[in-house]
Amino acid sequence: MPRAPSPRRNGRKPRLAVFKLASCDGCQLTLLDCEDELLAIAGRVEVAYFPEASRAMRRGPYDIALVEGSVTTPHDAERILGIRKSAGILVSLGACATAGGIQALRNFADVGAYVSAVYATPEYVTTLAQSTPVAQHVRVDFELRGCPIAKDQLLELLTALLAGRRPALPTGSVCQECKRRGAVCVMVARGTPCLGPVTQAGCGALCPAFDRGCFGCFGPMESPNAASLGARWEALGVARADVARAFRTFNAGAPAFRAASEAYEREADR
Amino acid sequence: MTTGSTGGDGLLLEVAGLEALLAALRRHGYGLVGPRVRDGAVVYDTLGSVADLPAGWTDEQEAGRYRLVRRNDAALFGFGLGPHSWKRFLFPPSTVLWHARRADGGFEVVAETPPAAPLALVGVRPCELAALAVQDRVLLGGPWADPDYRARREALFVVAVHCTRPGATCFCASLGTGPRAPSGFDLALTEIPRPDGPAFLLETGTAAGEALAAEVPCRPASDAERREAESAVAAAAGAMGRALDPQAARGALGTAWESPRWEAVARRCLACGNCTLVCPTCFCSTVEDTSDLAGETAARTRRWDTCFGVGFSYVHGGSVRTSVAARYRQWITHKLATWHEQFGTCGCVGCGRCITWCPAGIDITEEARAVAGRSAGRGAS
Repeated sequence: MPRAPSPRRNGRKPRLAVFKLASCDGCQLTLLDCEDELLAIAGRVEVAYFPEASRAMRRGPYDIALVEGSVTTPHDAERILGIRKSAGILVSLGACATAGGIQALRNFADVGAYVSAVYATPEYVTTLAQSTPVAQHVRVDFELRGCPIAKDQLLELLTALLAGRRPALPTGSVCQECKRRGAVCVMVARGTPCLGPVTQAGCGALCPAFDRGCFGCFGPMESPNAASLGARWEALGVARADVARAFRTFNAGAPAFRAASEAYEREADR
Repeated sequence: MTTGSTGGDGLLLEVAGLEALLAALRRHGYGLVGPRVRDGAVVYDTLGSVADLPAGWTDEQEAGRYRLVRRNDAALFGFGLGPHSWKRFLFPPSTVLWHARRADGGFEVVAETPPAAPLALVGVRPCELAALAVQDRVLLGGPWADPDYRARREALFVVAVHCTRPGATCFCASLGTGPRAPSGFDLALTEIPRPDGPAFLLETGTAAGEALAAEVPCRPASDAERREAESAVAAAAGAMGRALDPQAARGALGTAWESPRWEAVARRCLACGNCTLVCPTCFCSTVEDTSDLAGETAARTRRWDTCFGVGFSYVHGGSVRTSVAARYRQWITHKLATWHEQFGTCGCVGCGRCITWCPAGIDITEEARAVAGRSAGRGAS
């Protein structure tokens, strides 16, 4: 585990920066969404760079850099190297930064064809063939999953870093959160297809608690058995092509979900 | 109407009497929890009155499948067990063990006050009483009793219900933990279905139960009513959908380290932990330390853990059980074999929850049988 920044190094507060790559801004908005805690956060850190919140954009180095979004352009591939150099602790935020995001659907297609179809003058567009997570480019110290991230996990991580302790970020299944909160399993009791058993906890089992199957927005849990869950979905009457589609959303680029969607796509074609 | 203290002889309680029983419990300061229908299942939650009980509801259960269905009568306990166990109230999913405050030059630890409000559990099945006894051994036996569990346990009033409606994934009869509970309750009911609403045979198990029964309108049960209740429980013993031979399982699992069955079950196992979290005897927990943003307070929280997690077997240098096969083997072997050595009893009570609520439909009785069959085969050759 990397060393946490001491709360007041040389009498100054740790410097926090928030960066954005290819993303929708939802994850960094989660920081602004910490309304009750914002003053306490501002009291503990110097918000040095956060363009979404402030015009004051101070240069690095930073003690903590929160990075949202995936790398989809040569420019961002270059920029993330600089962010890494300027940051003591680098945290990637959300499905884009940790798995490539929904834009990683391009990884399964011909991005050149998309660009030609969408843009009137495609020659002005410089983009990479793949949408990739931050960790594929630089060393990442912590990852927060989710689309978007969970506010509680962001607060827990920041609090832990400031205190110099290990953050409590579970890597097991969403099922564990369902069971702890006493929610009834939607798959067993209603036959609703749910990705909870293969998805990492952290959301507090939000969707199943509202009678919806888990969408997998926190990405694969620590030991995902997508083949077994897929077989269960098929037994519930889900077509193979739809199983493939379920694994190909916000975390389509996460290796375990990618392998599952490709396997089910091949089987569906057969 | 008569007063209690007839002990095992049995009293007859109408629905109005059950309502009076709940009112008496509340009068004595007990919070009531019991079965009620919520989100498509029978769960355990706060009870207001008899009207909250799952009147006329039952269920269909199979491995990985549960559906609520209507009965053709108004039975109040005519259902099989749902996903919740009473563990939720005695060993809660999350418990703050202590918190600390920054003080001059250091910090001071503040112990949590144990929960004060006594609870009455209404509708505890015999297998669940057996599970309570198992948890008592684990959490109260030995030199280090768990103070939070003890406080909750000692304040408990138990209204048991002898089982007249087992489910297709039940196997308490083969483990000797049901469908009738010999003891472990303050009061026990046996439901006798009637077209115009059920009646209950009421037995007292403790002095507290007798005292409470004395406050409730009831009358001595007739011989016919006692026989009717007995035969309903006897019929339940024959209606279990599953069976498990505990001796065979214990013997086989004790030597089945290399069984090829582990790899086979690992292909299906999701390692999601559902089986351990619905299990009424699984007691594993982890502790998490948290602090507040200002750095002024910290807390140590115990929360339910599962041996299916990678981090569960983490020791210096890494996790011992990295494969799902090893984790499933650990769980079933502990539950059915090594639990005996550790706690002097089987860790399974035959409630069947781990079968029903496994999203992959893995069946502990089938896995135990498969491992035993292979061991027996090997032993014979």
